[in-house]
Order: sequence, then C-alpha cells, then structure tokens
Amino acid sequence: MKLTLKIWRQKNAKSEGKIVEYPIDGIDGDMSFLEMLDILNDGLINKGDEPVAFDHDCREGICGMCSLFINGEAHGPDRGVTTCQLHMRMFKDGDTIFIEPFRAKAFPVIRDLVVDRSSFDRIQHAGGFISVGTSGNTQDANAIPIPKHDADTAFDVASCIGCGACVASCKNASAMLFVSAKVSQFALLPQGKVEAHDRVLNMVRQMDEEGFGNCTNTGACEVECPKGISLESIARMNREYLVASVK
Amino acid sequence: MAKSALLKSSLAKKYWMALTGLFLCLFLAGHLAGNLQLIFGDALQFNQYAVFMTTNPAVKLLSYVTYISIVFHAIDGILLTIQNRKARPIGYAKENPSANSHWASRNMAILGSLILIFIITHMVNFWAVMHFDENMPLQTTTIDIAGQKQEFYLTTDGGYLPKIQVEQKAVLIKNRTEFFDAAANVKLKDGYKDLHKITFDYFQDAKYGLIATIMYVLAMFVLAFHLLHGFASAFQSLGVNHPKYNGFIRVFGKGFAILVPLLFATIPVYIHFFAK
Amino acid sequence: MSLDSKIPNGPIADKWTDYKDHINLVNPANKRNLDIIVVGTGLAGGSAAATLAELGYNVKAFCFQDSPRRAHSIAAQGGINAAKNYQGDGDSTFRLFYDTVKGGDYRSREANVYRLAEVSTNIIDQCVAQGVPLAREYGGLLDNRSFGGALVSRTFYAKGQTGQQLLLGAYSAMNRQIGRGKIKMYNRHEMLDLVIVNGKARGIIARNLVTGEIERHSAHAVVVGSGGYGNVFFLSTNAMGSNATAAWKIHKRGAYFANPCYTQIHPTCIPVSGDHQSKLTLMSESLRNDGRIWVPKTLEDAAAIREGKKKPTDLSEAERDYYLERRYPAFGNLVPRDVASRAAKERCDAGFGVNKTGQAVYLDFATAIQRYGNEQAYIKGLHETADAAKIIELGTEVVANKYGNLFQMYEKIIDENPYKTPMMIYPAVHYTMGGTWVDYNLMTTIPGCFSIGESNFSDHGANRLGASALMQGLADGYFVLPYTIGNYLAPDIKLGKIPTDTPEFEAAENNVRQQLEKFINNNGSHSVDYFHKKLGKIMWDKVGMARNAQGLTEAISEIAALREEFHREVRVPGTMDSFNEELAKAMRVADFLELGELFATDALHRNESCGGHFREEYQTPEGEALRDDENFAYVAAWEYKGKPSEAVLHKEELVFDNIKLVQRSYK
Repeated sequence: MKLTLKIWRQKNAKSEGKIVEYPIDGIDGDMSFLEMLDILNDGLINKGDEPVAFDHDCREGICGMCSLFINGEAHGPDRGVTTCQLHMRMFKDGDTIFIEPFRAKAFPVIRDLVVDRSSFDRIQHAGGFISVGTSGNTQDANAIPIPKHDADTAFDVASCIGCGACVASCKNASAMLFVSAKVSQFALLPQGKVEAHDRVLNMVRQMDEEGFGNCTNTGACEVECPKGISLESIARMNREYLVASVK
Repeated sequence: MAKSALLKSSLAKKYWMALTGLFLCLFLAGHLAGNLQLIFGDALQFNQYAVFMTTNPAVKLLSYVTYISIVFHAIDGILLTIQNRKARPIGYAKENPSANSHWASRNMAILGSLILIFIITHMVNFWAVMHFDENMPLQTTTIDIAGQKQEFYLTTDGGYLPKIQVEQKAVLIKNRTEFFDAAANVKLKDGYKDLHKITFDYFQDAKYGLIATIMYVLAMFVLAFHLLHGFASAFQSLGVNHPKYNGFIRVFGKGFAILVPLLFATIPVYIHFFAK
Repeated sequence: MSLDSKIPNGPIADKWTDYKDHINLVNPANKRNLDIIVVGTGLAGGSAAATLAELGYNVKAFCFQDSPRRAHSIAAQGGINAAKNYQGDGDSTFRLFYDTVKGGDYRSREANVYRLAEVSTNIIDQCVAQGVPLAREYGGLLDNRSFGGALVSRTFYAKGQTGQQLLLGAYSAMNRQIGRGKIKMYNRHEMLDLVIVNGKARGIIARNLVTGEIERHSAHAVVVGSGGYGNVFFLSTNAMGSNATAAWKIHKRGAYFANPCYTQIHPTCIPVSGDHQSKLTLMSESLRNDGRIWVPKTLEDAAAIREGKKKPTDLSEAERDYYLERRYPAFGNLVPRDVASRAAKERCDAGFGVNKTGQAVYLDFATAIQRYGNEQAYIKGLHETADAAKIIELGTEVVANKYGNLFQMYEKIIDENPYKTPMMIYPAVHYTMGGTWVDYNLMTTIPGCFSIGESNFSDHGANRLGASALMQGLADGYFVLPYTIGNYLAPDIKLGKIPTDTPEFEAAENNVRQQLEKFINNNGSHSVDYFHKKLGKIMWDKVGMARNAQGLTEAISEIAALREEFHREVRVPGTMDSFNEELAKAMRVADFLELGELFATDALHRNESCGGHFREEYQTPEGEALRDDENFAYVAAWEYKGKPSEAVLHKEELVFDNIKLVQRSYK
C-alpha cells in the first residue's frame, strides 16, 4: 500500500505547529497503525530527521496511552479499538491520512502528536476513589453480596482506559464520558455509595476547572469510545449530581 | 457547595437548559392547540381564546414563565456555546463528525439562534400588534338585516354594536377595545381584538403572504431539527436514561419533534392556499 | 558479601506473624519526617506508594508513562489467585503455597511464598473494599475460575481485564493520597541512576521525559517496582516502554541480580505475522479452560494447511493431535505455562506448525461451543427440538460471554473469526521470574534499596503460575513492604531531609549526563530499534524456550559484540533538553544489551532444566525438564563488576523444610 500521511508536527508546547506531508510505501494490511508509524519514523531517523513523537505503550488496547485523531476520528475509522489496535487493512492504497493530536484546551500538546492528559489524573485526585485504607483489614470480600447486574455494569464502566477519545471526539471537548464512567462505577457499588455525593460534586468541579467543554449529548463520545462506555453513565452522573446538589 | 454548584457548574447549566427546554415544549403543545383553532374554529372562537390567553391570571403567569424560559434558554445556550468553543482553541484540520453524531445534535446553537430570530419576528408580527398596536382592528361581523348588509362589532357580552356608530363618532373606542358613549363618556362594552383577521391578512397579503408562509414553514423545519435532538437530550441531561424507557422517550421525542412543527406549519399553508 | 536472606526462624506458618510482632515500628509523627521514593506505579509500586503514604511517609512516585494508571500491570488479563476457598474445593494457604512452589519447579524461597499465600486473601478483601468490580455469580458472591497448574478454582477475575481493574484500584488508592498531598507524583519521569550515600540508598537521578531536565531526588529509602525485563527479547507481551533500566541501574550500584535466565514464555499468544511486528499480544490463559490445543496428526496435513490447501475445519477428529491431552492426561490443556509452551515448540519444530511461518498451533473452541450449546439447550428446554445450528448458536453465545473481548481482539489482529475457525497461537515472552535479589524484607543487597513485584526474584522460582503475578505485586505493595520498610527506617527518624547538593548526587548526575550526551553526539548509522531487534533475535533464537551450551556461548559473544556496535553506531536524533523518545529508548536498550549477556551467562551456568529454563542437554527421555536438585537448588545472584562477563556469582542455597522435592508431573 502506498499512502500519503499528513501529520501534525510541533516542536514543543510553546511553538507553533503545522501539518507536514509524508509519502509512505510498502505498507501491509496486517500492520497496525502504529507499526506503520514505526516504519515512517525509522525512515526519518535514517534520513537524519527527527521522528514523529506519538504516545503509545502496551499496544494491545488496554493502557490508554495511544491517542491520535485519524482522518477526523479519535483512534481512526474502526470501532471498539484504540489506535494501536487499528490495522492498516482499514485503509486503501492511495489514501491520504490526516494524523492529528487529540485537541482540547485541557490536553495541551507536548510535542507533535503527544498531548498532556494529566487533567484526567487531577479529576481522579479530586474524588476517583473510595476512602478506605490499604491495610487489608476490611471485611470479608463476600460480606456484602452485590447483584450480578450491578457488578457487571460497574465493570463495564470501569473498563474505561482514560485515553481521552471522548474528549477528542466531542465537539465541545467535554470530559463527561470519562468522569461519569468513574462516578458510575462507584455509584453502582455499595462500597462506593457512602461518599457518592461528595465524589460527584468534587469530580465535576475539578472537571470544570480543567477547562473541558459541556456535554451537549451529541453521543460522539459513545461511538468513538474504544471500550464502548455508554451515555447511560453520563445520565447516571447527571442524576447523581442533581441529587447531590439539592441535598 | 451545593447551592453554588446548582448555579455555576457545567451540569447545572445543562439542567436549566433541559428544564426550560422541556417547559417550552409544553408551551409549544399549548400554543399549537390554540393556533389550530385558526383552521378548525371560527374567528370569534379564536379571538375569544386570545382574550382568555391575555387576561387569565394563571395563563399570564405561565406566559411570564415562558418568556423567562426563552430568555434563559437562549442565554444559557449562548454561555454554553462560548465555553464549548473555548474548550478547543485549536481545531482539527480534518474532521469527520457525521461518523459519530447527528447533524442536528452538533448544530443546536445555530438552530436555536434561528428559532430565536423567528420568535422575535413572530412576536413583532402578532404579539406586539395584539398588545400594543393602537390600530389593532376589532372583530366585526356583517349581518343581513332585511336585505341590508350591516356591519357590527362583536362585543364580549355576546352582543353587537353597529359599526356606523363608531364611524359617526357617536361611540368612541378607548384603550383599544373599550366602546364609550361619546356624549356621556360612559363605557358601553368591550370589543374583541381581531387577531384572527391580523393572522389571515398577514398570510394572505397579496405581496408578502407567500413569502411569510414559506418563511414560517422553514422556521418550523428548524424547530423540528432543534426538537429532534433537544427533546430526548433534555431527558438525558436530567439523568433520565434507562434501557426500559429510552425507546419510549426516543419515539415520543421524535414524534413530538415532527408532529408539532408539522401541524404549526399547516396553519399558514392552510390560510394562504386554502382559506377564503 | 555473603547472602543473608534474613528468613525468620520458627515454623513456616508462624514466620510472618512472628516477624510482624517483633519488628521496629516508626511512630506516626516520625513517619512525617521520612521520605520514600517509589519507582514504578504498577500493582507493586502503586499499591506500595498508596500504602506508605497512608501510613504517613512522604512518598515521591515515579513513572515513565503519562499517568500511573498506564503501568503495564494493566494488561494482565486472566485473574488473581487467593486462597479464599470460597468454592469449598479444598483450597488453603498451604495448598496455594505448595502449588506455587511446585509450579515454580522448586526454585523459590519457601518462606516468601508462604507469606504470599498467607496474605493473598487480604488482597481480595482489600480490592473489593476499594470498589474493584470482580466477577460475581448470580447470588451476588464472588466468582472463581480455575487456572493452569492448580486443581482448585481459586482465581478471582474481572472478565479478561483483571490487571486493569486491580491497577485502577491501586491507582485510586494513590489518587486519594495524591489529593491529600501525601504522594507527589512524577509522571513521564525515568529513573536513570541510584544515589548511594554512606552505603545506603538515599535518592535517585531521574530525567523528565517532557523537558529533558535531569533531576535529583532524595529520600530515606528507594523502592524499585519497575517490572520485568521481558523486552530484552524485543518481541514480548510487555508494553513498548517496559524496561529494565531502574532494576539494572541498582544492579550496577550493587544490587545482586538473581536468576536472570528464568523467563516465562506464555503459551497462548497471537503468532508473529511479519518483520514489522512491534509487539506480541497475549490471549489470557483462561482460554485454555475451554479451548483445546491441537496440531494435525500428519506432516502432510500440516503442510497442506500451511500452504492454504486445507482448512483446519477440514480435518476430522481422528486427524488431529490434541498433544497436551495426549501427553498429560491429568491436567490436559491446563498444564503450567512452561510445559504448554515447550510442547507447542516441540510440535512446531517437528514440522506440525499451522501458519505461514510454521510457528503456530490451534486453540479450538468447537468442543466447548458444542458442550455449552447442549447445556443451554437443556436449560432452555430445547434439547429435544434444537438442531445442530441452534446448539452452536447457543454455545457460541456462552463462549462469547466468557471470552468475547479476547475473541474480538483476535479477530481484529488476525482478521479471522475464531468462533468459526480455530485460533492460532504460539508462545511468547511474557514474564521474567528472575530479577533483583531481595531478602525476606524485600531489600536488595544495597541497604535502603527495596525491590518489589516483578522486578524482584523472590516468589515464583523458575516458573510462575497463572494469576500469581497480580497476587505477588499487590502482596508486596500493600501488605509486605509497608512492614519491612518501617523496620529498616526506624533508626533514621532523626536524620532529617537528605540534601541533594552533595558530591554523591553530583557524581550520579554527571554519570547520567555523560551517558545521555554520548548518545546525542554519537553520529551513528542505525536507529535504536535496529539494535534492539537484533538483540531480540539473538535472545529468542539462542536464549529462548530451549537453550543449549553451544547456543548460549555464541549468544554471549554475539551480545557483547552487538553492544559494542551499538555504542559505536547508534544514531539518536534530537536533543537532550526536549521530549526525545529515541534518547529514552537508547538508554533502555543500552541496559538490555548488558542484561542480555548476564541472562545468557546465567542460563549457561545453570546445568539443569527447571521451569522456564530449559536446557536441551538436561531432559528426561519423554522430553520433560530434568532438574538437578543436588547441584542447583540455589538462587544464582550475580554481582556487577564492571562488565556482564565479569559478574560474580553468589549462591543462596534453597532450603525446603515443608515441601518434598519431586519431579514435577502433570500427567
């Protein structure tokens, strides 16, 4: 496969960036998208150029490190995958591929395609936990039976990998899907209910402070989420927050 | 914490957006029911309805809530839009939004602004005339008396007042609707503001009637798209999302979003093309 | 220095309790005066950082990822063992201890393993209290599954994402402490050296990967929880960034490195598809609960499949060789990982491999789909009416519920539907049992420098059982280190802050700076990956699943030569004072190139086969690993002397008081 890549290059957070075009050849459908970028980078290094910086780590779709806005979609055109699981068979010979960083005020660019998502961490610091010690001297794990449906739903939302695709896809750069996933996980479990109200208020406050946009229910996040987190969790957070605010 | 959160936070803005939006949906339904009298009722019935709507204290209260809702919905929407723009200072070079969301959902601000413009012109054309126009006509009727056609004002007590008395200045019209005996300066009766006539004249105007009708129909398209996203979205914002009921909300919302503007739109079309 | 493992006296079941009863404690007010650096934020580092902060210490935590939540523990799929005996199938602390020692082929330290088994139950309680959504049954109680190498169901899980959920649990505990200011988090930082002051670990030199700044950080103790060194093979199931740098730097500063040759090759990974491959994807071992592994019985069929002339579904039952069930009737497809991996290699080497490269075997769910289908048909009252297609549909549903995410992952990568045609799998490097030598306190041979989780060597012997890595990481971090480190720190309470403007920090920083400068100014001709791939190939071919003296000897000299070439010829673009991934990679690969040689040296010296270390010269007539307990029942701890080839071997003899050494049998 022969492709034309249009990649955002930016030296550091302070400098201006621009789209640079790179032709690339010999790409196989079995390669992952990031392996295609590896080949590009190897070529750049051999030519004496600086490689394109992009975040990646586990390359199996679970660490949430990889990002990339590919041809107008977070994690590219495939569904239910991260960029590292996107395979080149999704593209055709001769395609032009735009590769841009996730864009949001709360995700400033560090270099090229690498963005700083520590705003997500700070939201979690504000309340993404259950306040129990780590002594292990808690009650027996089976002391509170949890309905399977609740446990399964809590798991579904807990499978969020914090990649930020929801923010990148949202026309408002809203972080609601991410925040609501964590709020939902704990709100669904009896252990988390105790401090559910404080949690949702604190996490939303931090989310607002970080400069994310507002949710306008377009549903783009749900479609682009590699882990299939549903809008239901946003509604659940809306509910939790409403109750917590009027209490 | 809780109090300020309900005013300032991004979620609270959405609650207000949803609540005002849903209230305006109720208003739309009521307004539609009234307006349909333009097709299914006669002029008197419609004008009587107009009197009721402008004088009943409960309705008045509701109308204030409506005005506030519109203003709040608009301001809140503008605030949200500004914030949302700020949240992404540098945009994408290549976007493919149709891959993951519907056009209407992404353009609520534009749709809303158009609706706001429509509401303003609509109010200038009808509401302002009704409330403030000194030349607001009063409803008249022609009665055949012994082969002679005579024009009478309809009065709110169900009676008639010959138009000729006004023309001959025996009766004066004060405060736009009140008939006064010119000599004695005593109030005789009240007339009906003829909103029905205003409406018919507006859409049947030889010069602008067609354009007005077309613009009105287009505005209803805009409203339909706004509602298509807005109705179900309001429930989501308020946290009502449950697999059991989502289907109903979605279907009802879609039905509402299509049916209400459609019925609204049939009124000017009927008046322009079919009514005499 | 002689190796003192500091194992407490007394009966094995009482050692840990006795130890805890008699250690020195630091009172809460004094803990505030003590700083601890934790490098790595996976299950071990993350849980340790959270717990130490909660106890009151000032913790500085470092990770090279952009968030602690991304540490590679997150990729663990299958589950976590704990001797809860919720299933009532005869599990106990002793049995978990026994299984782990046996699974490790009798090369682990009894006391450590017993302690691990002992605290395993606390882990589950802790995680549930933290809101980790472990799988539950309809009655609302926790579910268990069985795993390789055990005859009981003691594995707790959260679908195929157990590691993720447990890590997010530890991350949430960290968040709580970060929010309270008790942990200071340093994301996108890499530890590049350990600073020793007066013989004790007192700080680290770290590089900020965003700005390139070289920073000095001091503390009263340094904890390394930086994971394993599987990426020495280039291709492994580790994350791209997983590295041995922190562990190797402390080794170079005096921490002994134990049993580097013990590497776990995981049997169920997606096979390599071509040269472009950057990493290997693991499929949870839990698949072996229901999947049956086979290759064609005849070489002709195997060749026909490789050439695409036949499909696996064309072969009848009689034409298939379910080789694990044939060789190990008792455990069948659930033999431990090393056994399953070697068996696959044996079949592929013999010419029975089934993909283009000849390096793959089948993992088939047809039988399971059929079995579950019948079961469901019976439950739904359809067993009299359902046709074959309906049964398959029902069975597919069950399998999809259990393994859906794995099947989807497979399909995305290979582009074949695993519900219809058997999956192809092949072993891949997955976990390293070897690591920094630590005593019972988890302290390395450098006082004040601790090593936890995969980066130490202690609990898994020569082979790790499935679902035990998560258990060990969390046990070390939550429940073991917080006690033992207090014992070490007790005398330091009046020491005050450790200054960083001392000659020791100066020297360490200069050392780091020089290495970085050298790479940046080295106008070589090849990228870092070029060398890393070459190293990986040597390792896989000669130090991989099966090793022999000749290959290892060759590997040692080849790696040494490659290392020299690397330092001469590597090209690192960019600058030191910016985000520069190539530079970070160069530093890591430089360490792998040293570690690889020590790895091969260790493999060559160990003239026996045990667990993940299989020497072709030492096998039973049936091809099973042949241990030499008389001569090799020891931990090989290597001391750095300037070059890997000059490393000095120290032995910690392993004493087995509670378990009788026998040849492992899973027949």
